[in-house]
Amino acid sequence: MTLWIAILAVAAGSFLIKAAGPALLGDRSLPGWSTGVLAVLAPTLLAALVIVEVLGRRWEQTDFTVVAGLAAATVVWLLRAPMLVAVLVGVVATALLRLVVG
Amino acid sequence: MERPQEQQDTGTPRQRFAGGLRVGAGLAAASFALALTFGAAAHEQGWSFPATALASVLIFSGSAQFALLTALAGGGAAVPAIAAAVLINGRFLPMGLALGPSLSGGRLRRALQGQAVVDGSFVAAHLGRGRFDRYRLFGATVVQWPAWVAGTVIGAAVAPPADLAHRLGLDVVFPAFFLLLLLDELRTSRSGYAAAVLGAVVAAVLLWWVPPGVALLAATLAALIALRSRTGREARR
Repeated sequence: MTLWIAILAVAAGSFLIKAAGPALLGDRSLPGWSTGVLAVLAPTLLAALVIVEVLGRRWEQTDFTVVAGLAAATVVWLLRAPMLVAVLVGVVATALLRLVVG
Repeated sequence: MERPQEQQDTGTPRQRFAGGLRVGAGLAAASFALALTFGAAAHEQGWSFPATALASVLIFSGSAQFALLTALAGGGAAVPAIAAAVLINGRFLPMGLALGPSLSGGRLRRALQGQAVVDGSFVAAHLGRGRFDRYRLFGATVVQWPAWVAGTVIGAAVAPPADLAHRLGLDVVFPAFFLLLLLDELRTSRSGYAAAVLGAVVAAVLLWWVPPGVALLAATLAALIALRSRTGREARR
């Protein structure tokens, strides 16, 4: 029962968070100064997401095979491979490393 | 997969929606892989099949669902678990504000359209300089949601051994996608460099003391405040 309540509560909370900005703004536009800030919202968020996923709480999740996989994906992508292919290369690199290291 | 820097805000709504679908297809593949691991992990932790499926149908957020799963593990109390999961989705608040002006209709309709915001779609819909295309947003999300639900259902039903996903390197899928999307954004946005570095450093430092959700939200806000004060000074000059 606790689980069902928790799931419904998180769903409701997420709904409200996503609804808040658009609903409060309505058809008003944001002030001019905000344009520069919003332009960098996506890169800021992505960088923070990568760090959080790779390091984890107290950096306990740090795993060199993941870092190596990310490096492989980046190199392949910089060589102009499509994104999906680059991600696959990263996954395979990490899987192979884990196989070797054990 | 289409590269976002080639995107244009011209074209009919249908073409822009199709552009979103193409970007979303890659993200959907990543979502599917991550959802498999969520379904398997929830099964392992004793979540019933309907509860696991419902979580993905309604919450539709990997970060929040894994946060909930982790916090409830070993009989964790409900309220802190709910708080942790909702907090990790706090990042959607500034994203919703950014997107708001690009949506259409009355407040209720905009609130509903805002539900289409997930990390990958938000980035896919970004046209540069803080402008967004709602049709690309909808297209990118429409393919990710069924992939997320299908992955969860299959993961929970098949229940592969817990370490299989780890051995296959599937935990690399999401950070790799986010990293490549980031590099792609930085190609077209030089001002993004400072923000990305700042966000990464703040997140890394905060992870020592606070849960990931707080670190994520605080890093985003700290970087934005730093840049706002800088752009403010430039505007007054």
